[in-house]
Amino acid sequence: MTNNTFFLVLRRMRAPIIALIVIYAISILGLTLVPGIDAEGRPAPPLSFFHAFYFISYTATTIGFGEIPVAFSEAQRLWVLVCIYLSVIGWSYSVVTLIALLQDKGFQNTLTTNRFMRRVQRLKEPFYLVCGCGETGSLICRNFDRIGQAFVVLEKDELRVEELDLQDFKTDTPALAADASLPDNLLLAGLKHKACTGVLAITNDEQANLAIAIAVRLLAPDIPVIARARSQSITGNLASFGTDHIINPFERFADHLALAVAAPERFRLIELLTSLPESPLPPPHRPPKGHWILCGYGRFGQIVAQRLRTAGITLTIIDPAAPGSDHEISGDGTEAATLLQAGIANASGIIAGSDNDINNLSIAVTATELKPDLFVVTRQNQAANSALFAAYGAEFAMVPSHIVAHECIAILTTPLLARFLTRVVEFDEARCQRLVEKLQTLCHGLTPTVWGVRLSQAEAPAIHARLRTGEACTLAALLRDGTDRSQALPMLPLLVERGNETTLLPDGDFVLAEDDHLLLASTHAIRRNLEFTLQNANELAYVLDGRTDSGSWLWQKLQGKLH
Amino acid sequence: MNLEKVVFGFFIVLAATLNFGFFIGDIDRPELHHVYELAAALVVSLIATALKFGDRTQIGAIHLATSLVADLQLVAAAITWALAVHVTGEGMTPSVTSSVVSLSGGALFANIVSVIILIIETVMMRR
Repeated sequence: MTNNTFFLVLRRMRAPIIALIVIYAISILGLTLVPGIDAEGRPAPPLSFFHAFYFISYTATTIGFGEIPVAFSEAQRLWVLVCIYLSVIGWSYSVVTLIALLQDKGFQNTLTTNRFMRRVQRLKEPFYLVCGCGETGSLICRNFDRIGQAFVVLEKDELRVEELDLQDFKTDTPALAADASLPDNLLLAGLKHKACTGVLAITNDEQANLAIAIAVRLLAPDIPVIARARSQSITGNLASFGTDHIINPFERFADHLALAVAAPERFRLIELLTSLPESPLPPPHRPPKGHWILCGYGRFGQIVAQRLRTAGITLTIIDPAAPGSDHEISGDGTEAATLLQAGIANASGIIAGSDNDINNLSIAVTATELKPDLFVVTRQNQAANSALFAAYGAEFAMVPSHIVAHECIAILTTPLLARFLTRVVEFDEARCQRLVEKLQTLCHGLTPTVWGVRLSQAEAPAIHARLRTGEACTLAALLRDGTDRSQALPMLPLLVERGNETTLLPDGDFVLAEDDHLLLASTHAIRRNLEFTLQNANELAYVLDGRTDSGSWLWQKLQGKLH
Repeated sequence: MNLEKVVFGFFIVLAATLNFGFFIGDIDRPELHHVYELAAALVVSLIATALKFGDRTQIGAIHLATSLVADLQLVAAAITWALAVHVTGEGMTPSVTSSVVSLSGGALFANIVSVIILIIETVMMRR
């Protein structure tokens, strides 16, 4: 590919280079034929090839040393006049061609594509391929960057890629402005690279996501794909060929809302575990049961209605295209009259769920004016309107890009979390509440970092070596501060996976074995503290036994002698 | 008929013939090897090289390589000539003449390879 650029330059420069060679040849030949003159004014033989080439070289490049070796005859000057203008034309032609080539859009594209490819090829650590860097994509990228996860970005919009270049990412992130739904571009971005660990198809266009998912399934069947879908048909299509994880933000939000109504504590627990690590705690949501008004009955509205009805909520639907059946009223819901007609006086909640942000805000504001204690759920379609929605301050806000981003990050960074979340369904409300309280005190008003670690040779060599020798080690003994072992680390073990067996919320007496897979919740600083203990044998010896000696072989021998 | 092919073939063959013209004759007799012929061979060889720029096929690459070899040999011959005539003042003695001519002989070989490749390419062509 690098050759490509080189050959492209050569191909375009062919004509100017030949022109220059010809101009030089004619000029030099002329000078070797035109008779000269010596110091006394007598006719002298013409310049030799050597002198002619010397003279033309410095004249053509406008260096101009003068008439060397002796003053020229009038005939020579006449010919030199011709040479000067010829060579100026030749050089300007070359320079203009070269500049035109450098400014050529296609040429610049080749250059950036080459650079991108080289950077991708040079990646050594495992990376994710992020297709589409809109609102969702940027959110995910920022979080990947924060946890030091490498990633490659493909985005159709050139402006967004340029913005990405300007963001001060810690990691060196290759980004290319190209259509990710074309398989060639996916390959260019390292789909078959041996360090590629996953593909995120999260563009705004669900057809493109579908194309990406299929391309990955066929070209690199072992690589997991996470795809974003909006409609039922695409979701079904994605599932049909085994897409590893499909995120439909509408469905996800409807599930959350229904769960928040039915089991608020469990919803709170899931919310804490899946939110972005170390962000401020979200306010607790307590949506009331009873009768709700739903404005907007499109794709979003239909899913929400279905989920809420199963949670035991009755609904009145307001939609411009309402078919006029029971509980359905035609209109936008932005006017007080429609809302009153829908029975806002008896309602306990309202969902402003149309696909128009301004209408949604208008619905929300009108509804609060009519009934201040109403529980308001807003749907925000565009991140650009964040300021407006924040100023309004709905009890429950649905932002599709955030839902997709949170879920992607949670799944990708901690695969064990998904397994834990499926088991959370078994917990009753009281248990969930205890866990929520524990998590909230753990991280001083921030959301916890949920992370997994395998007690393997690669991830935790120190503890792995120790468990290998057969020494028993309990969870409580291990989770101690590496700077002061009398302090227990403030962290919550959520799950231990050993082979096919999982232990939910293991207590301190749990005895660890090698290759156990642990899921833990703590702050980022505590995580680093424990990771160091797990990797460094000396640190581990201190934490487990209180020994502070170094691992030096000589010192150990000496100590053995002394005792 | 493709004009590009005509020009291309013309310059490759011309480079070889001019080179041959300079090379032919007793190797140590300067009056048989005129410097104008060397200059013409060098210029045409350079043009032939430029014409081969940008062809990404395997044959194109070998074309370019042989041309670069010929250029290198001819430039070396020209430098030898310039050194003998203008720098050391030795003039075209039999020993200098033979080294200039033998250098151009090397270039001639490269040019012949170029011509052979040109012929092979033409034979292989199906249009």
